[in-house]
Amino acid sequence: MSTALKINTEHKQRILVIGNGMVGHHFVEQIIQHNATVDSQPIELMVLSAEPRLAYDRVHLSEFFSGKSAQDLALTTPEYYQANEVRFSLNAKAVDINKLTKTVTTEQGMQYQYDKLVLCTGSYPFVPPIPGNDQPHCLVYRTIEDLEAISASAAVSKVGVVVGGGLLGLEAANALKEAGLQTHVVEFAPQLMSVQVDGGGGRLLRSKIEALGVQVHTQKATQSIEAGQQCRYKMCFADGEVLETDMILFSAGIRPQDNLAREFDIAIGDRGGVVVNNQCQTNDPDIYAIGECALWNNFIFGLVAPGYTMARAAASHITGGDLSFEGADMSTKLKLMGVEVGSIGDAHGRTEGALCYTYENQPLQQYKKIVVDSQQKTLLGAVLIGDTSQYDTLLQYALNGLALPEFPESLILPASGEAAPGLGVDALPTHATICSCHNVSKGDIIDAFDTGACNLADIKVCTKASTGCGGCAALLKTLVDGELEKRGVEVKKDMCEHFAYSRQEMFHLVKVGKIKTFDGLLAKHGKGLGCEICKPASASIFASVWHDFVLTTDHVSLQDTNDTYLGNMQKDGTYSVIPRVAGGEITPEKLIVLGQVAKDYQLYTKITGGQRIVLFGARVEQLPAIWQTLIDAGFETGHAYAKALRTVKSCVGSTWCRYGVQDSVGQAIDLENRYKGLRAPHKIKFAVSGCTRECAEAQSKDIGIIATENGWNLYVCGNGGMKPRHGDLFATDLDTQTLVKYIDRILMFYVTTADRLQRTSVWMENLEGGLDYLKEVVIADSLGLNLELETQMQEVVDSYQCEWKTAIDNSESRKRFRQFVNSDKSDMNIVFVEERQQIRPATESEKQEYQNRAKALAQELV
Amino acid sequence: MMSNNNTNWITVCSDSDLVNNSGVCALLEDQQIALFKVQDADQQKLYAISNWDPIGKANVLYRGLIGSVDKSTVVISPLYKQRYCLESGQCLDDQHNQLRVYPVRVEQQKIQVLWAN
Repeated sequence: MSTALKINTEHKQRILVIGNGMVGHHFVEQIIQHNATVDSQPIELMVLSAEPRLAYDRVHLSEFFSGKSAQDLALTTPEYYQANEVRFSLNAKAVDINKLTKTVTTEQGMQYQYDKLVLCTGSYPFVPPIPGNDQPHCLVYRTIEDLEAISASAAVSKVGVVVGGGLLGLEAANALKEAGLQTHVVEFAPQLMSVQVDGGGGRLLRSKIEALGVQVHTQKATQSIEAGQQCRYKMCFADGEVLETDMILFSAGIRPQDNLAREFDIAIGDRGGVVVNNQCQTNDPDIYAIGECALWNNFIFGLVAPGYTMARAAASHITGGDLSFEGADMSTKLKLMGVEVGSIGDAHGRTEGALCYTYENQPLQQYKKIVVDSQQKTLLGAVLIGDTSQYDTLLQYALNGLALPEFPESLILPASGEAAPGLGVDALPTHATICSCHNVSKGDIIDAFDTGACNLADIKVCTKASTGCGGCAALLKTLVDGELEKRGVEVKKDMCEHFAYSRQEMFHLVKVGKIKTFDGLLAKHGKGLGCEICKPASASIFASVWHDFVLTTDHVSLQDTNDTYLGNMQKDGTYSVIPRVAGGEITPEKLIVLGQVAKDYQLYTKITGGQRIVLFGARVEQLPAIWQTLIDAGFETGHAYAKALRTVKSCVGSTWCRYGVQDSVGQAIDLENRYKGLRAPHKIKFAVSGCTRECAEAQSKDIGIIATENGWNLYVCGNGGMKPRHGDLFATDLDTQTLVKYIDRILMFYVTTADRLQRTSVWMENLEGGLDYLKEVVIADSLGLNLELETQMQEVVDSYQCEWKTAIDNSESRKRFRQFVNSDKSDMNIVFVEERQQIRPATESEKQEYQNRAKALAQELV
Repeated sequence: MMSNNNTNWITVCSDSDLVNNSGVCALLEDQQIALFKVQDADQQKLYAISNWDPIGKANVLYRGLIGSVDKSTVVISPLYKQRYCLESGQCLDDQHNQLRVYPVRVEQQKIQVLWAN
């Protein structure tokens, strides 16, 4: 009895967390996980945040300017905290720590008790002490509130300056550029990113960033900020030069937010930062510090991954575990304004006796350097600018002290003939880190297999590997595939039960065997009658190889209903009709025809995402007449029903726009007309933007084209949809002829080699060597395929026909467009009701009501 | 096939109205019947099932693809891709759904369905 009482009254261990940034939140998650573990002593958690919202993703802060909301950036929700019994208070700045009574007081006077206190107060931006730095449009870049202030300032500014050319400074410059400002970066050091990158890399980085329209000024010490003449302010530099600007963003480094510790007698380093041990304890054993406010071994870690490791170490120590923090690798790989930058370990070669190998390719704008020890046995560091494809391999060499190959330079030299010595995952030791965001080692992944995971998706769920920055995705896939193979799991690529081949293999079988019908293909290489997977895939292959009309008698039975009826079936069995509007350009006459057709047939009209107009609610028997009217007015099919080229979206371009540098509309129309009707493994979308403002959103398309002063930049393999992906820059400043050649080759290569329903993005990621490999094939003709690919594409272009026209001209296929073979009646189940002055399909209950009324009416009439 | 007073073979269309390995739809009173002609090796087979897709709730099954699952011939709903055995009407992806199946034959190039009054 008395023991039971004791348990009831004994209070749970209470942890108070000050700060709810990324690291603070990670700590909370560790404790939630601990509480969820069976038999654990539950811990009470209270979180104080000085900010008005819970943790958000500061790493991707600049995406706020490309349209992400505070909500998109959020790492958690109040509901999640509540559901897990985490109490929290926002706008609650801690101002007092009493170590004796173990209480913390907030600005509002609220007091909180703790058993263990965790400081994760982060850092604040350092603003150099320059006279005039406190004016209204002098801002910093750290929180969502800062970003809102920057947005507001940018809206009334034309020119913006970022002070500081480090990693964060360049992120901030990107944000200003996205906000449409003429952007400058002012750096005190002689080069950009001087912490991570050496002189050679810095030079190339600068030229790439300047090519993107950001002006870089190095070796500039700002002495004062005064009133400007053309702009709001004038920055005066020590060398006598001046720079006018409307706003200034300071990003000159961070300082640990250690005021609390400082005031309440917790040990602080000489240059700031709360001193912690390997368990992240401060000199008061009940107080911990983690993240950017903590100083470990006289070092502040300004990256999120080490912060996470600290959070795990502190949580582990509090809950009786044995994890510790023993320093962290500061290697980093990122994309700044589309420029790939990688830095590993001793990038500057400061280790005694260090030697380096450097490779620079000026035409391709790449710079690569590796630093090795004096014996050339181990990798100490690396710098990669313009191409970071070798980053993962190099990082594994550096982290695990793996023996270098005989000629270490082969690690960064471009492959000539034989492939570069890729690092087999087998060579990695069990403790090698695969995912640094979630600290998942090779051993953890093998353990996950041992405890029942069967595939990549399982591994991601149970280890969280590759769910952070995603940088390790390729490495993880190789490891998982290799592990599956070792375990005797066959990675099946069969299309379906009828064909034991991949789409690519079937493509070759069709082409080489000159097979022109599905029956022929089935008889020779398959079994059964086929299915919804292999039939449309075969039809697509036949269309690509033999350019046959998709509705020839042989092929009609292969098509999905959308392809057979040349429209998209909607939920009630009616179809949508989308004529092609190349480039989104349409005459008033044609607009009137569309409106008239919609009125005549009582169709619902809507503007699509691809700059076209869609008419909904056409019954199958109405389709031929609707198409006839449209064809007579000069329209043709838009292939919206097909796995084919859909649209080439465009902005208005140089013809009308003040900023346009090329005729994007003209280019879009030409491209759309060239590739219309091309059948592919999945739908394909293009866009053409007339300038770098990118109003056509070309980087979210399979083929994206952005005009430059000198021609066209080509982006490939982007997509929107369920799993959005930005396209990769493939080539720059192309003339139209070269542009078309490249697109011909890329698309034909995709059509011939991709898997069924594989979008260009996944296809490219699955090509061994990815983007670089694709460049080699298309630009350098490494497979000697280009002539064939171009010829094939030309055949497709030359054999184009409008499928609507062919369908209605052919009496056999026209027969299919009726609801009943033995009656002219319509399907009674299709019922529309009116909403917002247009039709929409009736719901089930509305249909019921309609039927009842019809019955009642019929009875009345009798 | 037997027929009695209540059931009759009703002609719905001619053989040439059918499309090989694909479907058409006939209206008998207010019933919609999907008709399929399937060429399997040397054999030609006719099937007639209800045209109503009970899951998609629309009269669309005649516009589905024909295929096979193991030995049975199926039609695949064009809306949500459920497979229905043409022989039995059974939905292979949801055992609670079975479609009505109608006996069907060719008589002098006419397609006839056995219809119960």
